[in-house]
Amino acid sequence: MKRTPLYDRHVAMGAKTVEFGGWDMPVQYTGIIEEHHATRNAAGLFDISHMGQINVRGPDALPFLQYIATQDVATIAEGLANYSLLCYPDGGIVDDIFIYHLPGRYLVVVNASNVDKDFAWMQEHRQSFNVEIENISDATAMFALQGPKAEAILDRVTDLDVTALWFHGVVEGFLFGDVPAIIARTGYTGEDGFELFVENASATRVWDSLLEAGKADGLRPVGLGARDSLRFEPKLALYGHEISDQINPYEAGLGWVVKLEKGDFIGREALQRIKVEGVRRKLVGLEMVGRGIARQGYPVASVEGETLGEVTSGMPAPTLGKNLALALVRTDLAKIGTELDVLIRGKPVRAVVVKTPFYQSRYKK
Amino acid sequence: MANNTPDNLRYAKTHEWVRVDGDEVTVGISDYAQESLGDVVFVELPSVGRTLAMGEAFGVVESVKAASDVYAPVSGEVTAINEALLDAPETLNSDPYGEGWMLKLRPSDLAGEQEKLLDAAAYSQHVEDEASKH
Repeated sequence: MKRTPLYDRHVAMGAKTVEFGGWDMPVQYTGIIEEHHATRNAAGLFDISHMGQINVRGPDALPFLQYIATQDVATIAEGLANYSLLCYPDGGIVDDIFIYHLPGRYLVVVNASNVDKDFAWMQEHRQSFNVEIENISDATAMFALQGPKAEAILDRVTDLDVTALWFHGVVEGFLFGDVPAIIARTGYTGEDGFELFVENASATRVWDSLLEAGKADGLRPVGLGARDSLRFEPKLALYGHEISDQINPYEAGLGWVVKLEKGDFIGREALQRIKVEGVRRKLVGLEMVGRGIARQGYPVASVEGETLGEVTSGMPAPTLGKNLALALVRTDLAKIGTELDVLIRGKPVRAVVVKTPFYQSRYKK
Repeated sequence: MANNTPDNLRYAKTHEWVRVDGDEVTVGISDYAQESLGDVVFVELPSVGRTLAMGEAFGVVESVKAASDVYAPVSGEVTAINEALLDAPETLNSDPYGEGWMLKLRPSDLAGEQEKLLDAAAYSQHVEDEASKH
């Protein structure tokens, strides 16, 4: 199993670790619920060095990304970043990615479990595009500093004016005077916050110094457990759950990331057809009415007992204090207020379709 | 990691503890088990009167992240369940050997099955072996 440069730090801080996408990662330090609330109420620091980073540069960097991504990459001006999808020709999803437009290059951040697949996908489709595609994942450490206190903490440790950085803005600069870093106002928690990219060699110093700098504000290390609950509440998709090669963007409620009018791209034809024909199933939010917690893979049935879908993620949502789930269900069951059953260990437990996101993101825009 | 493992209890390899009280036994999960699970947010227990075989799943303990089965450390009939746990599952974390007990059984073959359980020293060793695999 792979380890991030911070692995020994995590263990020394008492973290419990789990396997995730081939990495031995901290799942929690003190407790998932506590870390979740700390991020919503103050700030959390996440080691997300398992994420993949791929540089795309060269004269055809933009047309190449336009061809493989569903988002209109031309709208991502230098100094900005945006969310996108890579799709298969049939409309299924290769991965969800973040594209950061830096001077002279695009930095593409991909899911840990998909780095090799995505890199191969890019190589396979470069065709005659004049681009250089470089996988820098193994040399790059990545942290997320998230929560209402994130801005104040980061502002203290860099000469950059981070308060002037827009939502989805990205800039190159220095942390702690001399550590080169890429700093972006992005994240995966539904809170204001930043993602930081540094070289592996600086990782430990940046981690320790950030925790120190944010101590008085209640900054604490946060593991993958709370990263999952924090992304779940504002309905941010997780590959292998809400999205996969078997799920298309319209089913997953990600039609807004698909820009059919921008010109040709992989999957466009299929996605155009799916959009016109409409989807047969949709991602919905469920609130459990009966006693139980819905988990990924549990079947969802009509109250008459016909199985019509499946849970993609479910948990007791810490901020909402309710047992909630996301599920892909047949479109006729997707209406808010619809009662249905989640089969928990084979037993039907009543749930109701509720509005999503469960938690309204608090980005600084 | 130092976990609390009382000497007066017997333990199953699946991390349940057993305390013999006259002709009844009380069952719960070990300190190591609650620590490994993390914050317990949901508990499912069997009905009183149900007969359990040794090793049979009798309930579920869920953390934020996952659901885990809990197994009967000895065979017997359920005589009581800890109803308070259903509303306050976090008690499993705070007091696994006391207020966090899960159920009481009238054992059907305690003499025969007890030998298959571990004493505190053997269980501590088992936990260490399991932890070192990670």
